[in-house]
Amino acid sequence: MKNDTTVSAKVIPVSIIMIAGFVIILLRLWQLQVVQGSEYRKTAESNRLRVIGIPAPRGIIYDRNGLPLVKDTPFFIASVIPAEISNKHFPLLAEILDMPVDEVHKKVTESHHNPEIPIRLKEPLNFEEVSFLEARRSDVPGLIIEVDLGRKYLYGQTASHLIGYLGKLSPQQAADPANHDVPPTAFIGQWGVEKLFDKRLRGIAGKKVYEVDALGREIRLFQEQQPIEGKDLTLSVDIALQQEVEKAFEGKTGAFVALKPDTGEILGLVSSPSFDPNKFTHGITYEAWQSLMQDRKFPMLNRTTQSVFPPGSIFKIITAVAALEEGVINEETTVTCSGSIKYGNRKFRCWKRGGHGRVSVHRALVESCDVFFYEIGKRLGIDTIHAYASKFGLGSRTGFPFGNEKEGLIPTTTWKLETKKTKWFLGETFINAIGQGYVSITPIQAAFMTGIFASGGTSFTPQILIGGDPEKINRIDLSPETIRIVSDGLMGVVHEKRGTGKAARLDDLTIAGKTGTAQVVSIRKDSKDLPEHIRDHAWFVAYAPVEKPEIALAVFVEHGGHGGTAAAPIAKRAIESYLLRNDHERKQ
Amino acid sequence: MLRINRRIWRNFDWITLLIVILISVIGILTIYSTTRQPYGAPQAPFYLKQLLWLGIGLAGLIVMVSFDYIWLSRFSIPLYVVGLALLIIVMMIGKTGMGAQRWISLGPVSFQPSELFKLIFIVMLANSLSISQDLIGLKSFLRISLFIVVLPFLLILKQPDLGTALVLMALFFLIMFARGIQRKALIIILSVSIVSLPFLGSIVWSGLKEYQKNRVIAFVDADVDPSGIGYHIKQSKIAIGSGEFIGKGFLKGTQGPFRFLPEKHTDFIFSAFAEEWGFLGSALLLSLYFIFMLRGLDTSRKAKDDFGKILALGITFMFSLYFFINIGMTLGIMPVVGIPMPFMSYGGTALLSNFIAAGILINIRTRRFSLFY
Repeated sequence: MKNDTTVSAKVIPVSIIMIAGFVIILLRLWQLQVVQGSEYRKTAESNRLRVIGIPAPRGIIYDRNGLPLVKDTPFFIASVIPAEISNKHFPLLAEILDMPVDEVHKKVTESHHNPEIPIRLKEPLNFEEVSFLEARRSDVPGLIIEVDLGRKYLYGQTASHLIGYLGKLSPQQAADPANHDVPPTAFIGQWGVEKLFDKRLRGIAGKKVYEVDALGREIRLFQEQQPIEGKDLTLSVDIALQQEVEKAFEGKTGAFVALKPDTGEILGLVSSPSFDPNKFTHGITYEAWQSLMQDRKFPMLNRTTQSVFPPGSIFKIITAVAALEEGVINEETTVTCSGSIKYGNRKFRCWKRGGHGRVSVHRALVESCDVFFYEIGKRLGIDTIHAYASKFGLGSRTGFPFGNEKEGLIPTTTWKLETKKTKWFLGETFINAIGQGYVSITPIQAAFMTGIFASGGTSFTPQILIGGDPEKINRIDLSPETIRIVSDGLMGVVHEKRGTGKAARLDDLTIAGKTGTAQVVSIRKDSKDLPEHIRDHAWFVAYAPVEKPEIALAVFVEHGGHGGTAAAPIAKRAIESYLLRNDHERKQ
Repeated sequence: MLRINRRIWRNFDWITLLIVILISVIGILTIYSTTRQPYGAPQAPFYLKQLLWLGIGLAGLIVMVSFDYIWLSRFSIPLYVVGLALLIIVMMIGKTGMGAQRWISLGPVSFQPSELFKLIFIVMLANSLSISQDLIGLKSFLRISLFIVVLPFLLILKQPDLGTALVLMALFFLIMFARGIQRKALIIILSVSIVSLPFLGSIVWSGLKEYQKNRVIAFVDADVDPSGIGYHIKQSKIAIGSGEFIGKGFLKGTQGPFRFLPEKHTDFIFSAFAEEWGFLGSALLLSLYFIFMLRGLDTSRKAKDDFGKILALGITFMFSLYFFINIGMTLGIMPVVGIPMPFMSYGGTALLSNFIAAGILINIRTRRFSLFY
């Protein structure tokens, strides 16, 4: 038959091949559209959206008198939209931005976001760079100039340990769901108030979403989300006081804390040396960070809460209060100081070689007689001293809201047994009773303790914001007699002729204070003749006015020598600045 | 004459006609959708032009059905000469578009001779192969290659139109094998081809333009140049995949209008269609093509003479090659070769020649019975 030619015989195998091809195509379609369909749908949607972020202005931080401490200043960034460029553009981009090609390449290729989201290449740009880039923008597709807000710290280093600084999100922070609305380019608080209240300050960044075509042209504004401004914050700190104290600390290492005894509000907080938070605004350079971290004076260390030191004679306030409260002495009890006291085969010296003669508690405080406190320490025992020190917040965290606060140490007999595996020796009571030996506290504890005494026994959690309800921690029942006797003594420290804290005296105010000179090594030599790193630490705690205390403070000068000469003048400047400024300038 | 017309009417291949019109209308709708200008810009006129060409194509189809296809056999040599002449003309005075010289301008319309030449080529082959009933020997194989294949192949490759040239070559071999080659000749041809393939390959490779080489490279490794041809494949897959099972809906596709999809109304029209109609619509559309092709094979089997059989088979091969290469390209399972989807892709000459080819198929099927009057 004619139909049965060779050609017709081929139709069947050809049909089979076609059916096979058809099945393959259907399977592939199924794979693309059904199996991977939702994934491709997502890609198709992000394909055409370009997101340009609008930064949210960060909340302004004010001091207690309403003075702004920070401000948000716009700055310019050269960014590039990765979707718009290819390898050939890198050399030109690098040339225009005056950056190494490798760096540009790395920054662009590192990102794994939607390629329509701009990548920041260079920031901040100065005005010259901005105008130069504007002129050359057309040479590289996708090169844009973005605007962001940078943090300017108006007082520079002042209060930097309190205010803190901003930084890029760390990988852990970026993974934290709490930060999901923070753009990857944004800076968040990494230290101090900026960190503690970051969520309040940061606001929510807005964005403009454009539909773009494959040529990168913005076709339409698809969505616009206005940024939500961060909330402002008013700190309890008094920036003028802060500035005054930091000036006094120039060139010195140390710490200063001032607070309101009746609320716990922090009025000033200095840790010297400090750092300039403005250096962090655009991301700190590696060199600057290294120099901060390698500085032997540790400017990044917040000495007010993160360092412990022997309190020296300021601890005598505790010993005196304990002795009066426990009744081991009264106002008239006297001890004869001959310049030293012998116990066993050891001699415990008073700082005054010639001795003070017969001293009562008043004179012992005013002239800081060591022998008097050796004696009453012996009468109290270390565990009783510990109980009173603890009531005044020593040896435990004050509750200051940030800064990895250290506890310090007030020893007990059990503590000695547990850690040193030996029993407590009475001789140790002597030296701990005058704030040497094992006793160690943080500067903020010194101010906290002073505040408790100034308020007549009430302790409040340290507050760094103004206007919050004072958080009462504890109330110590001190007899009015004790308060009167000790506060008279402390006033004598400043106002009496032989007071060790005369340098803090101000004519128009009653100030109570106590000096402390904490030995670093036990050499009885004038501190001035020693190399700096083994010189004594200088302390001064004070409150004023004595009748109705408005400020309680602690000054600590590391290796500063005598408390009366190195620390007391700083306290004077602080009190003068805070209490004697015109009333309209400050808010109580 | 009247009696013949009535017979034609009764035996007319309505199904093929219906399918090609249906696919063309789908094509025009897709062109309309994918060339939409986003946000209020005036619609590009592609779909109107294509509608016009559909009319011209239908007229061409009617003309092709109106006479017995035997006449094609009789006029095959003059047709072939005219076709070759057009190819030479396009090489000399042709218009350049997209880096290739393929078009001749005839007043307002541009005309792509290589499109029509494929048909003339099939007619010429069918004619030469239907003279004798014997299996093809080595001599006649060489004669046919030399006189019919080599010159047009080189001319089209030179344009350059790699896709059409390769389709031409593939068609030649397919038709020859289908027609039947003597065992001895077959062994020689196959061994010579296999031995010379790398050699020929390197000649072809060195003759390729840069963009053609890139396409092959991009197929092998799409990550090499994501903004180049690999980008096309990627965007095509995104378009198709994002259609999911039921599609985004007519006029809801985004890959085309936002220009992510390149050649969205020509080579990648299937991707644009699949984005809007999903797996369901795509499977339906593919079925139409499939029925059309199987019917072409059936027409070949039922044709009354060898010329008709070879012609129908050749035309079906041509559509199948275009269909599978194009769809394989859009699905990312074949390299990107600039080959349009028959009946759907935008392009006047292609649509006209497709309708002429469909007309020939209908002609052969309609006149499948030997004259018995």
